[in-house]
Amino acid sequence: MFELLKEIFSYPFMLRAFLVGTPVALCASLLGVSLVLKRYAMIGDGLSHVGFGALAVAAALNASPMVVSIPIVVIAAFFLLRLSEKSKIKGDSAISLISTGSLAIGVMVISLSTGMNTDVNNYLFGSILSMAQSDVILSLVLSTMVILLFILSYNRIFAITFDENFAKATGTNTEGFNMIIAFLTALVIVVGMRLMGALLITSLIVFPALTAMRLAKRFFTVTLNSALISIICLWLGLILSYVYSTPTGASIVVCNIVAFVIYSIIQKVRETIIREK
Amino acid sequence: MSLIICNNLSFEYDGIPAVKDINFSVSDGDYLCVVGENGTGKSTLIKGLLRLKKHFQGEIIYNPELSADAIGYLPQQTIIQKDFPASVYEVVLSGCLNSLGLKPFFTGKEKSIAKNNMEKLGILQIKNTCYRDLSGGQQQRVLLARALCATKKIIVLDEPASGLDPIVTQELYEVIHHINHVHKITIVMVSHDIKAAIKYASHILHLHNKQLFFGTTKEYLQSDIGQKFVGELNV
Ligand SMILES: Nc1ncnc2c1ncn2[C@@H]1O[C@H](COP(=O)(O)OP(=O)(O)OP(=O)(O)O)[C@@H](O)[C@H]1O
Ligand SMILES: [Mg+2]
Repeated sequence: MFELLKEIFSYPFMLRAFLVGTPVALCASLLGVSLVLKRYAMIGDGLSHVGFGALAVAAALNASPMVVSIPIVVIAAFFLLRLSEKSKIKGDSAISLISTGSLAIGVMVISLSTGMNTDVNNYLFGSILSMAQSDVILSLVLSTMVILLFILSYNRIFAITFDENFAKATGTNTEGFNMIIAFLTALVIVVGMRLMGALLITSLIVFPALTAMRLAKRFFTVTLNSALISIICLWLGLILSYVYSTPTGASIVVCNIVAFVIYSIIQKVRETIIREK
Repeated sequence: MSLIICNNLSFEYDGIPAVKDINFSVSDGDYLCVVGENGTGKSTLIKGLLRLKKHFQGEIIYNPELSADAIGYLPQQTIIQKDFPASVYEVVLSGCLNSLGLKPFFTGKEKSIAKNNMEKLGILQIKNTCYRDLSGGQQQRVLLARALCATKKIIVLDEPASGLDPIVTQELYEVIHHINHVHKITIVMVSHDIKAAIKYASHILHLHNKQLFFGTTKEYLQSDIGQKFVGELNV
C-alpha cells in the first residue's frame, strides 16, 4: 500500500488531481447537505450540463475553459434557482430542458469543431490527466472562498434549510443566502467538472449528504460526516482510477455507492438492535 | 399601544381574490384568535402579517418597536421538516438568529435564551434528540420554543394544534396562555378550535374570504355571527 502511494504521488498529474479534488469534494459535500435537504439537487445536475456546453464552446473558441464557464454557470445557477423557487414542478421540467439542451449544444459544437474524440469522453466522465497547474491554484482559491463563506453562514444556512418561511418572517435575508448557495454551487461544479466529468459531478454533491443522513441525527454531525465521507471516497476513487485506468468520476462514484451501502447496513443493524431492546 | 394595524387589507393569488376588506388592530398584550372555515384566507392573512406575502390592497402599519427580532412564528408544518436531521437544540437555537445582527456565530447569551425556552416548554431533557424522531406534540413544543427565542413582543401561530390529541392540545393551549399571561407576549393565532378560542382569546377575528367580525371575545359571543358559528359547532 505504501509503495503504491509513493508511486502515485511521484506523478505530478496525480498530485494535482489530489490537490484539486480534495477541496472540491469538501465544498461539494458541505453545500450538498443543504441542497439535498432543500430538494435542490436537480439544480446541481442542470448546472453541470450547462458547464459541459460551456467547456465545449471554450474548446472550440480556443479560450480558457474556466474563464468561459464560470460566468455562464453562475448566471445559469441564479436562473435555475429562480425557476425552482417559483414552482417546483415547472422548475423541474425547466431544468430538464436546460440540461439536455446544453448537452446537445455542447456535443454539436464539439463534433463541428474538433470532432467527437476522447476529449468528449473526458468531459463527460472525468479524467485525472485533465488538471493543469493553473487549475490547482484556481481550485484552491475558490475552495477556500467556499469554505470560509460556508463556515461564516453556517447558522443562517441551517435556519434557511430547515424552515425558509420562518427564517424570512423573522428577518433573515433568505433570498440573499439562497443566492450565495447557488453561487457557491456553481463555482464548485465548474472547478470539479473536469476531474469528475459533467455527468457525474452532481454525485459529489448528493451522495455524501445522503450517506451521512443514514446515521447522523444532528445537522452538524451530518455536515461533518458528509465532508469526511466525501474526501475519503475521492481519495479511494482516485487510487482506483490510477490502478485500473478507469474514468476518474466513475471510480469516485463507485466508492460513494459502497459508502452509502455500508452506512445503510449499519443503520439497519442499529435499528434492529434498538427495536429488540 | 397598537402593534399592528390593518386597513382595508386584501390579498389575491394570480388575480383571484383570496380574502378582502380586513380591518383590525392588535395591541400589546392581546390574544387574538383568527377563526373561519377551511380556505377562507386565514393562513394568507398570517403570511401577509409576516411579510411573506405582499398584500394586494390596503395597508399594514407596524409599530416601530416591532422590528424583525421582535416577531416569533409557528408555521403550519412543511413536508421537509418531517425527516430533517436536526437536534431539538439546533432547531430551538436557530430561533435566536434574528438577534445576532451581523455576527456569524451564537454566543453564550443566545445559548442561554435557548436553554431557558426549552426549560419553559419542558423539552430540555430531549435537547439532543433528533427532531424527526419526536411525536407531533413534542415537535410543536420545539417549534414554539424556537418561536419564543425569536420574539420579544409577539408570536404568530398558524394552527399550532393541528394533528394533536385533545390532551396534548390542551397542554399546548395552556402553555400559550401562560406565555401571554405571564410573559406578556402578544399572541395572534389561527385556530379551528372555537371553544378554546373563546376560552383563551381576548379578541376574535372571523374571516370568510372577507372579514365577518372583529372585536373582543365578549362582543363576539353576543353577535349574530358569533352565536351562529359557536352554536353550529356545539351541535
Ligand atoms: N399558494 C396559493 N396559490 C393559489 N391560491 C392559494 C394559495 N394559497 C391559498 N390559496 C387560496 O386562497 C384561499 C385562502 O387560503 P388560505 O390558505 O389562506 O385558507 P385557510 O383559511 O388558511 O384554510 P385552512 O383552514 O384550510 O388552513 C383559498 O381559496 C386557497 O385556494
Ligand atoms: Mg391555513
